[in-house]
Amino acid sequence: MVKNYLIGSAKKLSADSQEGRVQNTDEHHHQAHEAHPVHPGHQLQLENVSVQRGRDVIIRDISFTVSCGDIVALIGPNGGGKSTLLKALTGEWPYHGKIRFQDRDGKALPRPCIGYMPQQLLFDRQAPLTVADILGAHHGRWPVFLGVRKKTRKSLTESLKRVNAQHLLDRRLGDLSGGELQRVTLAFALNPVPDILLLDEPVSALDETGKALFYQLVKALRDQYDMLTLIVSHDLDVITAYANRLIYLNKTVITEGPIETVMAGDPPWLKGMKPETGGLS
Amino acid sequence: MSVWYSLMEWLPFAFVRYDFMKNALLAVILLAPVFGLSGTMVISNRMSYYSDALGHSALAGIALGTLFGLRDPLASMIAFGILFGMGISAVKSKARSSTDTVIGVFSASAVALGIALLSRRGGFARYSNYLVGDILAIRPADIAILVAVLLLVLLFWIFLFNRLLILSVNASLAISKGIRIRLIENLFMILVAILVTVSIKWIGTLLINSLLILPAAASRNIARNMRQYHVLSVTFSWIAAVAGLLISFYLDTAAGSTIVLCSALVFAVTYFIGQQKN
Repeated sequence: MVKNYLIGSAKKLSADSQEGRVQNTDEHHHQAHEAHPVHPGHQLQLENVSVQRGRDVIIRDISFTVSCGDIVALIGPNGGGKSTLLKALTGEWPYHGKIRFQDRDGKALPRPCIGYMPQQLLFDRQAPLTVADILGAHHGRWPVFLGVRKKTRKSLTESLKRVNAQHLLDRRLGDLSGGELQRVTLAFALNPVPDILLLDEPVSALDETGKALFYQLVKALRDQYDMLTLIVSHDLDVITAYANRLIYLNKTVITEGPIETVMAGDPPWLKGMKPETGGLS
Repeated sequence: MSVWYSLMEWLPFAFVRYDFMKNALLAVILLAPVFGLSGTMVISNRMSYYSDALGHSALAGIALGTLFGLRDPLASMIAFGILFGMGISAVKSKARSSTDTVIGVFSASAVALGIALLSRRGGFARYSNYLVGDILAIRPADIAILVAVLLLVLLFWIFLFNRLLILSVNASLAISKGIRIRLIENLFMILVAILVTVSIKWIGTLLINSLLILPAAASRNIARNMRQYHVLSVTFSWIAAVAGLLISFYLDTAAGSTIVLCSALVFAVTYFIGQQKN
């Protein structure tokens, strides 16, 4: 069955069926993380998920199950469908198949909250837009063209503290360096704290130290909030240090499982990863 | 209106002797925040060409109105403007051409349709006032329409601005936050279609986009955040509108174009201030 969601509905990820919808609201966040701070055994299950654009099949028959608390590395060659899979999860791309968020017994759960960090945040760098404006726009209903209220600023500062970026609150978004922008984008993805965090090559603008710090931060957030984290990356060294599961994707799932199992025996697909893309050292 | 008229009588200027000037002044005071607010997001969403095309396409709305025998083509202009916007939105989401190309195709077709229909039997001259508009022809009944448009824009800004802002920054990010970007985009396109077509009679198809773009563009030259962007845009819009109207009265020039020239002057000043700051 083909799902023809409107672009922008952002409601593909189903709680109970293909017709279910994701909502990322503050209310949901408070329910999910204040009343139930962890996700005991909650799982994201994909069954035969395919994405087609025109006549081109971009990914086909993707099936896997991952759990909250997992840090899952999505690796594979360029054009292998990693970013497309994330966009199917956010609701940007229509897909065939089933995506379910469920408990350990397979019972459907309420719609998960998703945090997404795109590969590259393309935006108008000349816009009169501060970090407080963009974070405030998703923080509540108060329209930010009237300014960001004191109470909201306090809360946003706390959000930025999570990613060590509290000093950036009043900076213009267009004035940020690549690394600063990535931290702010992560803060945006984490506000409200999501059930599922999707990171599409999140450290491309960072040096080696920055990369290590970024992944340490992701790991700390996982420990604190028990979220499921899916990271698209070419950087096998860092991934093997921080992720606990790995999915190798080349249009479809070639292999997946715990890192140590998947990497055991020097599998042939590892040789295909190009060193110049950061594949192997 | 009588309250407004009484208030005006207190002013020590010659123009307050004329009711048409009092009406026009109230009209520009109401229109300025409409354009000042909307212009910010028209620019941020890269929709300047769309709003320009909307202005030109109004000719087709007028033509269809006259074809259906409407005395006042406002309803047909609004209806055509909304259809025009939705048509562009539907085609650009599926077409392989760029958005600019799609808008260009729609705009050229609508202008051609308008001119073809209005010029039947050599009657185009009767409609030439729509090209430059006449703010001095505004009647008290028209003021009510402007109040309604202002309220519509304020409601949109209060309830949907945040989502529109996130969408203007990055569509993927907006989608990930559950924002229905097509819905928000379409609602904003409809809003712009309404405010542009409603104002055409008084501002004219040739100048309408300048009023929408210039105050926000001037504000963007010096604003650092969203609040400043909006406060300055509305302020510049008010200054240019009131100054332009009064200057046009004393210099006996067309009001719409004088207002636009004042906006252009504000833009030039803020441009140099912005350059100095940088």
